Amino acid sequence: MAFDSKDTAAFKGVWVFCEQREGVIMSTSYQLLSEGRKLANDLGVELCGVVLGKDIKEDYLKALGGYGADKVYYCNHELLDVYTTDAYTKVICDLVEDKKPEIFLIGATNIGRDLGPRCAARLHTGLTADCTHLDVDVEKYKAFLKTTSTIDVDNTKFEENTNLKMTRPAFGGHLMATIICPRFRPQMSTVRPGVMQTQPYDEAGAAKTVIENVDVKLSKEDIHVEVVEVVKAAKKMVDLIGADVVVSVGRGISKDVEGGIKLAEELAGVLGGVVGSSRAVVDAGWISADHQVGQTGKTVHPRIYVALGISGAIQHLAGMQDSECIIAVNKNETAPIFDVASYGIVGDLYKVTPMLIEAIRAVKASK
Amino acid sequence: MKCIVCVKQVPDTSGVVAVKEDGTMDRAAMATITNHDDLAAVEAALRIKDATGCKVVVVSMGPPPAEGMLRELLAMGADEAVLVSAREFGGSDTYATSQILAAAVKKIGVEDDDIIFCGRQAIDGDTAQVGPQIAEKLHLPQVSYAAEIKVEGKTVTVKRLLEDGYMTIKVQTPCLITCVKELNTARYMSVGGIMECYQKPLEIYNYETLKDDPLIDVDTIGLKGSPTNVYKSFSPPVKGAGMMMEGADKATVEKLVSILNDKHII
Repeated sequence: MAFDSKDTAAFKGVWVFCEQREGVIMSTSYQLLSEGRKLANDLGVELCGVVLGKDIKEDYLKALGGYGADKVYYCNHELLDVYTTDAYTKVICDLVEDKKPEIFLIGATNIGRDLGPRCAARLHTGLTADCTHLDVDVEKYKAFLKTTSTIDVDNTKFEENTNLKMTRPAFGGHLMATIICPRFRPQMSTVRPGVMQTQPYDEAGAAKTVIENVDVKLSKEDIHVEVVEVVKAAKKMVDLIGADVVVSVGRGISKDVEGGIKLAEELAGVLGGVVGSSRAVVDAGWISADHQVGQTGKTVHPRIYVALGISGAIQHLAGMQDSECIIAVNKNETAPIFDVASYGIVGDLYKVTPMLIEAIRAVKASK
Repeated sequence: MKCIVCVKQVPDTSGVVAVKEDGTMDRAAMATITNHDDLAAVEAALRIKDATGCKVVVVSMGPPPAEGMLRELLAMGADEAVLVSAREFGGSDTYATSQILAAAVKKIGVEDDDIIFCGRQAIDGDTAQVGPQIAEKLHLPQVSYAAEIKVEGKTVTVKRLLEDGYMTIKVQTPCLITCVKELNTARYMSVGGIMECYQKPLEIYNYETLKDDPLIDVDTIGLKGSPTNVYKSFSPPVKGAGMMMEGADKATVEKLVSILNDKHII
């Protein structure tokens, strides 16, 4: 039977694209599987991981079950070793057309954001980019809104259905929007790396994982690009997502960019953390893009987040407001960053930061 | 050879954002700019024009005021502009937008040695979806996240950014490339360019112009044809107030550090 994305009743199950690079599954996949498990439980359906690659270790495939997958569709082919849009899109669309999942989640990595739209366009279905929250159950969605929105949830009507409710910051991060794709399947979503929490690894789940080898139909003629080389950056990228402490700088460092960044580095050094930044600092070219926290950057929830000279646009808050302890220093007492800060100091970062560094050093030395 | 560049006029979300009573963004009340990544795409095309003398066509979907932006791009050096504008196109999500823009690009005409450029993503939606989706609708190979582009005959070599490095990709024309703003620094309009821009052709493609293309189907364009819809939009609440320290002197900072220490935060 021909594939029809409008025949919504024919689609069942939750899928997660488990991206690999150089044969290693990316950690985003575990986050998405953990989230996908909850959705699959609410719907009472199977959760499947989809892996495309070449000679991936069986342990790696089994491990996906440890994070919640019931089944892994393993597409093993020489031409899937390194990502190309053409090969991956073909293999994934063939598989979707054959198995018909109702939900398909893809990590919003630079590769996921290339693959997702191409697949959605071919399958004729919707795709919501860079989601930060997912629900199928209306009651759970309402509970989510109660803590994250100003909507009067109890006095608002909600359509009762199990459509995937995909929430993301909209309009440059000044508003939140929940998007649905009611008429087409699969409901596709790219999900921001670092947003969903990875659940503890379950040995028993891993042992039970069913691995299904997919018969991949792919030839060189299907691929219209040539990957000449894949190069890892010589400079070590800053690991914002894994950091315990993040010290970020914003537009407030414009007076003395170099000095401001140096202070942030020093404070991060004292606290055992790394330096982050707002979008403005990256846009101005003052720091490289791998430092950016926020909707278009990375989402972090460190133990301590220090915001130096950051006003706190929603776009930035979306990436850091779940940090355990937020310390904000800003000259402007009405800056929105103070609305989410655990501790705020209204002052000049160039004066306050050196004092912070000194005081923290003194406390640490006395221990 | 020619380069077709897809461009979007966006509200300047880095400044003051006006929100209407219903919670949607009041675009009319906000300053508009040419999307950053798209400007890089225009500049990339103009550099190919500088080297080869090829034609550069800029195309934008949006309301009539987007014509002003297109004139600016003509003043930068683009040769022709197309504004895709119709009520039927309004409310399109990325899928529907790509259908319409793909139809417009087909109308402009894609030849064997042409390159289509897009910005990676627009700052108002941040989806990065329209470029790849246009490529799919046109059955063209795509390379996204381009940070370096070299054209030799019909071979285009692109440095494609990854989070932790890059890939070098070779692709043959016709192809679609999405550009990141780090690709280049866009040139300014020249005085001569400003003089000439009103003489250069600027065509309007409305629903009538494009309706014969199979991509332009009421079921796949506009608000009604968009696979995705907004279910709810909302503003985040103000978080429970934290503790504002009094003053910003040494005593204040020491007090804060002592609290952090007592709570075992540091």
